[in-house]
Amino acid sequence: MSEGALFDLELGVLLEAVYRRYHYDFRQYAVSSLRRRVRQAMGRFDCPRVADLQHRLLHEPDLFAQAMQYFTVQVSEMFRDPDYFRVLREQVVPVLRTYPSSKIWVAGCSTGEEVWSLAIVLHEEGLLDRTLIYATDINPEALAAAEAGVYDISRMAQFSRSYHLAGGRASLADYYSTAYNGALFDRRLKRQVVFADHSLATDNVFSEVHLVSCRNVLIYFNRGLQDRAVGLFREALVHRGFLGLGSKESLQFGAHADAFEPCAREQRLYRKLA
Amino acid sequence: MTASALARHFDAIVIGASAGGVAALRAVLRMLPADLPVPVLIVIHLPRDRPSSISEVLDGDCALPVREAIDKQPLLPGTVTFAPPDYHLLVEDRDTLALSVDEPVLFSRPAIDPLFESAADTFGERLLAVLLTGASSDGSQGIAAVREHGGTAWIQQPADAVAPLMPASALAHAGADAVLTLQALCQRLAEFHP
Repeated sequence: MSEGALFDLELGVLLEAVYRRYHYDFRQYAVSSLRRRVRQAMGRFDCPRVADLQHRLLHEPDLFAQAMQYFTVQVSEMFRDPDYFRVLREQVVPVLRTYPSSKIWVAGCSTGEEVWSLAIVLHEEGLLDRTLIYATDINPEALAAAEAGVYDISRMAQFSRSYHLAGGRASLADYYSTAYNGALFDRRLKRQVVFADHSLATDNVFSEVHLVSCRNVLIYFNRGLQDRAVGLFREALVHRGFLGLGSKESLQFGAHADAFEPCAREQRLYRKLA
Repeated sequence: MTASALARHFDAIVIGASAGGVAALRAVLRMLPADLPVPVLIVIHLPRDRPSSISEVLDGDCALPVREAIDKQPLLPGTVTFAPPDYHLLVEDRDTLALSVDEPVLFSRPAIDPLFESAADTFGERLLAVLLTGASSDGSQGIAAVREHGGTAWIQQPADAVAPLMPASALAHAGADAVLTLQALCQRLAEFHP
């Protein structure tokens, strides 16, 4: 058996062990990026073989908590792909307005940049008070950061540019105060946000929603798990509900392609057909 | 290596380029035969904050379709696929591509190392990796991974490159199976028929 095949075998055993020990299911994550990040974790935790990392993860829960940063990716930014937020304003907001109240699910919200971005859009459109946002992720540390809403001040110039490109009507600085190199976002923006632990791999639908925003999360799943996740979105969405994906993600290779129609093709905004 | 030997030896080609890379890639893509029996995957360093037109620009220079990658796209022989701006391009398995927004590598996303390493994991000795001009040391780890897995690495001769740092860095770090001028490299690729 080749070294590569042995590595994959050990990786599979490690993921099974993690699942049985901690109930986090990474078994259907995209193997190409998992391999890379497990190798990084092996370097970081000084484990020459996958089996050594497995041993430590099983016996040291604190180490597993640290290793979560390797299993789940926390790269997010405010108003990433400004055009996406612009079409949300132009095409989704008018539909949400027709409901007395609406619900939005940000699935795999990581450290929350997109949640705060959405809350700002809804606030500017006068919809925040009658919208409930579910912000879910499997990583407790990321969720805590999302809820805290404090981001490095050095990122604000970029976020501000994107905010304006996305059709922002004020100044991003109106929404945060600064302290200790951190930008602390206005608490009022999260009054309507519920931060919750939820796994697209093992949990089920918890509410009916009008919009699912799940961007650059599915890229970390293999096709089987992508189908499961999109199936959950399909089940959660109301009739003619919206689904937003990352700019290089597509439904076209998955099992649910026929259940949605593109609404803004370039911006990867879809609408449920039935 | 003779022409038919190329196709007998490889199931995929990966190419990395940076500074000076557009012209070099244009030369390479022009030489790829229309009946190329393997997929070609390319990373060129791109600005992260705007769309790239590289695949459209080079589509006209190549006998094969040239496209930008979409996540979990099937990996098809006779196609050329570029990494999109702000995403790493990876080989998920022999039939599928994947993208990631993992941390930039040496300030670049897309970066060459993740593509070369994931392709090496999947294709092993059946992989040809080509590293062209660039002013970065991205690609060095990738070339090392390709060679460790028994794959073949062709590196542009540093003196022949617009920016010699990237090929020189990979050569120093991992060596190569061939060090070629762009012209010689293109000539070898042109002989790549089934």
